[in-house]
Amino acid sequence: MADGAAKAEEYESQHVHQVYEEIAHHFSATRYKPWPIIAKYLQSIPSGSVGVDVGCGNGKNMTVNSNIFIIGSDRSESLVKIAADKKSHDTVVGDILDLPHPLGQFDFAICIAVVHHLSTRERRVQAVGAVLSLLKQRNSTAKSDKDATALIYVWALEQKNSRRGWDEGGEQDVMVPWVKKGSKTSEQPDKIVERYYHLYRKGELEEDIREVGGEIVESGYEKDNWWAIARRCDQRVENQLGPQ
Amino acid sequence: MKILTLTFLTCARKSCKPEPTSYPLHPTSAELEIIPVDFNPLFLRALLPRLDWPTLRILCEAFGLPGLQEEAPEEDALFLQPEEGGAMEDVEVQGEKGKEVVEDVEKKGEEETREASQLAKDLHHLLLETTMQEGKLVCGCCGHEYAVKEGIANFLLPAHLV
Repeated sequence: MADGAAKAEEYESQHVHQVYEEIAHHFSATRYKPWPIIAKYLQSIPSGSVGVDVGCGNGKNMTVNSNIFIIGSDRSESLVKIAADKKSHDTVVGDILDLPHPLGQFDFAICIAVVHHLSTRERRVQAVGAVLSLLKQRNSTAKSDKDATALIYVWALEQKNSRRGWDEGGEQDVMVPWVKKGSKTSEQPDKIVERYYHLYRKGELEEDIREVGGEIVESGYEKDNWWAIARRCDQRVENQLGPQ
Repeated sequence: MKILTLTFLTCARKSCKPEPTSYPLHPTSAELEIIPVDFNPLFLRALLPRLDWPTLRILCEAFGLPGLQEEAPEEDALFLQPEEGGAMEDVEVQGEKGKEVVEDVEKKGEEETREASQLAKDLHHLLLETTMQEGKLVCGCCGHEYAVKEGIANFLLPAHLV
């Protein structure tokens, strides 16, 4: 592995993975409802489809449609344990850049609020490619409603109306504090932990998707996030992921 | 971890993925447990064409579970036929035209009046309720072992394998 990638991984381990382990339960308690576009997307998936939820967190998006099967994965073992309560689906512990799935076998994929935690452009593009590579290949060059697609969500730089107040032109690589409430009984004070985020500017998610041979089906902005539904359009997606 | 899930898992190492021996992962020292899940015959019917039947047969053997039939069943085998279940009586009265309409609806997957067969119940039990709680999943290509604990498999790779 290149030195840079090793450094990036070490950085993410400290500023993303360990933080989620620490805040898993509190984090999970604040994440209980799928966002409208995610719910609509999952409801539109045909019955009997099999897909993945890469970075499933506590599994809140996994119960939207009971006629599809979702395999969730997350880097945080603590969050996966919470997600494992969703008995009709399944969850494993895994890393987006080393997913334990065969390529080209899935009808759909969702990857919500995950890619923005990778700390270099190269790794973010690889992550998008890893998600798209799981999708079934199209049989023909003609577009079809039945093409396998992936829904990807990332946090937006442009959110001047949010309490964070970030906006166009601002710093894109930021540390975001999470206040971990202490316990009054044991006199534990509140503790602030910070997670690393790369805030996506308008159009950047689409660029990352095209970079790995993906094609945008639909994209937009919902509540401080950029989202895109993409399909694979050629072999490039898979070729990039071959042995290095 | 469900048996259905195992048919969608392989080694996490990039170098193993193109190798046919990396799929499926081989369960060893496995402890199985039955965890009840709501029976959804319509989902099962839609899932049927998505199943990797030869791999399911390999997994059943690896777990020492009763063998599966050689070929994947046809969709009809998941339901009792009208004369057995008697649920199609109304259709007969309506004549041929009515029957076509009912069949059309069924094909769209909006309605299924037939009762699920024992085979459907057995498949549901195997795919969704039979879970691997403890043990290891071994890659047939690199030999790496992934631990399964409390029903959760861990695919994080040690740094030297990434």
